[in-house]
Amino acid sequence: MNEALLNDNRLAVLDHSRLRAKAGKPGVERGRISVRDVDIVFDTPTGSHVAVQNANLTVRPGEFVCLLGPSGCGKSTLMNSIAGFVPPTRGDVTVDSEAVTAPGPDRGMVFQQHSLFPWKTVRENVAFGPLMAGVGQNEANSVARTFLSLVGLAAFENAYPNTLSGGMQQRVGIARALANYPSVLLMDEPFGALDAQTRIMMQENLLEIWREFHNTVVFVTHDIDEAVFLSDRIVVMSASPGRIIADIKVDLPRPREQSLLTSPGFMALKRQCLDLIRKETLSAFQQQNKAG
Amino acid sequence: MDNHSNAARLTEPMEETDDSPAVEQIIQKEATMAPPMAEKPSDTSRLPARIWMKTIGARYLVRIMALIVAVVLWELASRNGFHFYINFDNIPAPSVVGAALVDELAGQEFYLHILHSLERVAIAYVIAVVLGVILGVAMGRSRWAEDIILPYIELLRPIPAVAWIPLAILMLPTEQSSIIFITFLGALFPVILNTVHGVEQTSSVLVRAARSLGASRTAILWHVVLPGAMPSIVAGLAIGMGVAWFSLLAGEIISGQYGIGYYTWNSYTLIQYPQIIIGMLTIGGLGTLCTLLVRKGCNPLLKWQAKGGRS
Repeated sequence: MNEALLNDNRLAVLDHSRLRAKAGKPGVERGRISVRDVDIVFDTPTGSHVAVQNANLTVRPGEFVCLLGPSGCGKSTLMNSIAGFVPPTRGDVTVDSEAVTAPGPDRGMVFQQHSLFPWKTVRENVAFGPLMAGVGQNEANSVARTFLSLVGLAAFENAYPNTLSGGMQQRVGIARALANYPSVLLMDEPFGALDAQTRIMMQENLLEIWREFHNTVVFVTHDIDEAVFLSDRIVVMSASPGRIIADIKVDLPRPREQSLLTSPGFMALKRQCLDLIRKETLSAFQQQNKAG
Repeated sequence: MDNHSNAARLTEPMEETDDSPAVEQIIQKEATMAPPMAEKPSDTSRLPARIWMKTIGARYLVRIMALIVAVVLWELASRNGFHFYINFDNIPAPSVVGAALVDELAGQEFYLHILHSLERVAIAYVIAVVLGVILGVAMGRSRWAEDIILPYIELLRPIPAVAWIPLAILMLPTEQSSIIFITFLGALFPVILNTVHGVEQTSSVLVRAARSLGASRTAILWHVVLPGAMPSIVAGLAIGMGVAWFSLLAGEIISGQYGIGYYTWNSYTLIQYPQIIIGMLTIGGLGTLCTLLVRKGCNPLLKWQAKGGRS
């Protein structure tokens, strides 16, 4: 039951060719996200609240993009509109040229916490997506075992989620989202509830998995280190109304390891993000003070 | 001695049946408290054996002693004809009741009464559970269903089982069906209300997770809503079983040739006082036993709640 399992190279267990075949042919682009002129407005008892204003964003297939911003800046709302949970009030969201109208298994979601079905075992949780897609019970189980090996939890297939640590639960959540072979993986502060040591291991583990699948990842976080460490691009959002204020390319070499966290390139990017976020947080405070 | 102590414990639920508003309150209290109680066993089951003996074992010992004290006091009060506001002159002593019970257990009649009562409870309970869970899920999932059904529940739920007796006799074709109807009504409300409560607690994150994994509305109902509501539904089933037994007593007092409620009331008319107490204790005992069976029977549905389960 320890997080050290993360460092085992479980990827060797996988039959990669089979996974890649299912994930789509290498030449065919899959997982292009396009967000055009999107406003998302919520009606509240005190009037309408603009959560996202005029968002424009294109994510290329296989790109790892972090949405970074202070709490309440609408980054989760924007991601939920890509997931299909929140319809945009204006503008449109497409994935692979198809308009997003509802959630679907082509866009796997990983939530912050408590998103596993507590009444299903770890294997049943991961097998749920394939079962809903109509594959037989046996195949769903074998897919589930494959993905549990991928996240280093094959030994826990019969455990119930409440017997696992927070980090292990999140790994099951990742396995469950990947078991549908999604073209896009949407992650809503998936490591936000974990302790710092577990978080960094989860980040490394996620990058290893992503190197295998190379699907598009949109990752919401308010942790600057996490955003710089993981992504190809950081999209910085401002607070109320949520607007995209910067799009920063992260040109750090891959594969990335923990030592990167102290390198000059990392520091420079971190400072750039910090300055942007600080300015935004200050202006958000001032707005709140005016409102209060 | 053991028999008596057991017997005395079973009188506890009977005291409540005399006073229906109190019963309602107790049901409500149980209904609201049930889900947290369901988590309790996981804590105690982890204790090492020695501590178990010291804490839980000792506590059971105290409980048994408390009952024995009550039985001894009762025996003394009956033998000495205690009469100070409360009159024990006509109350048979535990030893007399015990002797009468031995006689009853030797005959066949007594088992026939139990069998009839069990049959009525079984029929009424099955109908109440099926209808209660269906209505409860419908109300929890649809605002329309809730708005249509809730007024009936609010209006009918406070009416005690005894008050339904005249109407049940007028409306239903046979005595048997009147008694079953009254028993059914008792069990129905706790099942509905706990099911609604459970369904309304459905975690929105889990529903979103299921939708993003490609689950249809029906699949969400089976895989997310119902399992999530199960702890609350099970609490409702257990409470419903207890209420079914108090309601059965009311129904059987009106009529019938058999049934443990009829037996109790008939013993009063025939001045067979020990039999009244035997009847009361039998109802209490069967009610407790059936409630326990419901809880145990539903345990496999809730095995995921136990901490430190299989791995």
